[in-house]
Amino acid sequence: MTMEATRYDDGTISYPGHPRSRNGAEPVETIDLSEYTAEVVTWTTSTATPPGVREPNHLAIVEFDVSEAVDDGKDAETSVRALVQLTNDDAETGDEVEPVYTEELREPGAGIREPDSQDWDGYRFEPV
Amino acid sequence: MERVAIIGASMTKFGQREEWIQELLAEAGLDCLEDAGVEADEVEHLYVSNMASGEFEGQTGVMNGLAHDIGALPAYTQRIDQTSSSGGAGIYAAWQSVASGASEMTLLVGGEKMTHRTTGEATDVIASLTHPVEYKTGVTLPSFAGMTARHYLERFDAPRESLAKVASKNHKNGVDNPHAQFQKEVDVDTVLESPIVADPLRLYDFCPITDGSAALMLCPESVAREYTDDYVVISGIDGATDTHVVHEREDPTVMGGVVESGEGAYEMSDREPDDIDVAELHDMFTILEFLQMEGLGFAEQGEAWELVEEGYTERDTGELPVNTSGGLKSKGHPLGASGVAQGVEIYEQLMGEAGDRQVDAEVGLCCNVGGFGNCVITTIMETGQ
Repeated sequence: MTMEATRYDDGTISYPGHPRSRNGAEPVETIDLSEYTAEVVTWTTSTATPPGVREPNHLAIVEFDVSEAVDDGKDAETSVRALVQLTNDDAETGDEVEPVYTEELREPGAGIREPDSQDWDGYRFEPV
Repeated sequence: MERVAIIGASMTKFGQREEWIQELLAEAGLDCLEDAGVEADEVEHLYVSNMASGEFEGQTGVMNGLAHDIGALPAYTQRIDQTSSSGGAGIYAAWQSVASGASEMTLLVGGEKMTHRTTGEATDVIASLTHPVEYKTGVTLPSFAGMTARHYLERFDAPRESLAKVASKNHKNGVDNPHAQFQKEVDVDTVLESPIVADPLRLYDFCPITDGSAALMLCPESVAREYTDDYVVISGIDGATDTHVVHEREDPTVMGGVVESGEGAYEMSDREPDDIDVAELHDMFTILEFLQMEGLGFAEQGEAWELVEEGYTERDTGELPVNTSGGLKSKGHPLGASGVAQGVEIYEQLMGEAGDRQVDAEVGLCCNVGGFGNCVITTIMETGQ
């Protein structure tokens, strides 16, 4: 299991990847974010969750510094953000968090989304 | 290009209704025909704003059903889905149909039937608009609001009470709206003591789940004069799209679709923020009122909360009354109807038909937001003579 961000020919990076960057550039490589720690940008604890989702559900937008994977060009982006689940409510804004593999982030088929249309495993993050 | 006029408007009571989607749409549609003084067989185009009747009720083809139910056959008909901004997108589509010359009489009806579903089910239908990497985290639209509100409060050193004041203001306005789901005042303390839904936001920071329908009748200005001396014109309208994946936005407190659609509407109408007398903003969550005020140029970034604290957006005493209808917060949010209902409120304000909610206004704006700022329509209306 990986958590792949995509770097594009224009130096931008996104998670998830798209067929083209926001500027229309083609993908050139992927970066596995599961090998990095990240910083919490903001977070929430949701107490009203949809079918098949844990309650409460701790969520955060986190930012990865991937500068060591980017070495070509001073204009290239060196960070990328992701929406992730947190393992618990211990993390605060600015905290460093690391990934922990989870087989099912929510129960496939319990909600409206067709279970076979996407994957359901991934990473929860906890304070380092 | 001839200006596009609005000559009639209607909305049903919003709330928990016994009727299903086809009945709700027909109720607003027939009321709008009567309000405009237009016969059903005069309607050339019929647009239906609706996000998810198939998912909520198992009923598709609602535009065909409505045309049949109200006797508007053989009008061209189309369903408009742009999630929560389906209503605004419907105004844009109806405006295009008239402005292009394709139709001389266009009826727009927006509606949704939601309350028969549990909160979890309704939340999941709405959250299905998210990207797979978002959906598998269990994120909901309220969760996005919670994360954005925390970021806004921390970054701009805004007090939590300022968000509660948005809710309190809009509930106060809703008391005078007979169509509102909640006609009751809610004070700041009640907001701050209500149950947490998506920390730091609480129950009263969120709009309810709602059934309802609303409608507008559009035609060229020259045709409008055949029906009435008093009407409203759409002087500016534009739509714009932001990233599908919310966390990919450069600044979590900037909704690019609001900024872009607002600039387009201002340019088309040759108006600027200071010209707006009254505004209906998409307060699905209290934090969205701040983000739209800033994105539309009513406040600098990070300063909308100060205007709310100063009373700038109060209905009876503020310089720019915001959400005189009660907003989605008090009036309710039947997805496909909400953008149309915003237009109904601005129409009534400009026509002097807003009753106890009436403010002094000649130019009004409505901003309808889909997803979490994913798709946005901004419309500017003015009195027409």
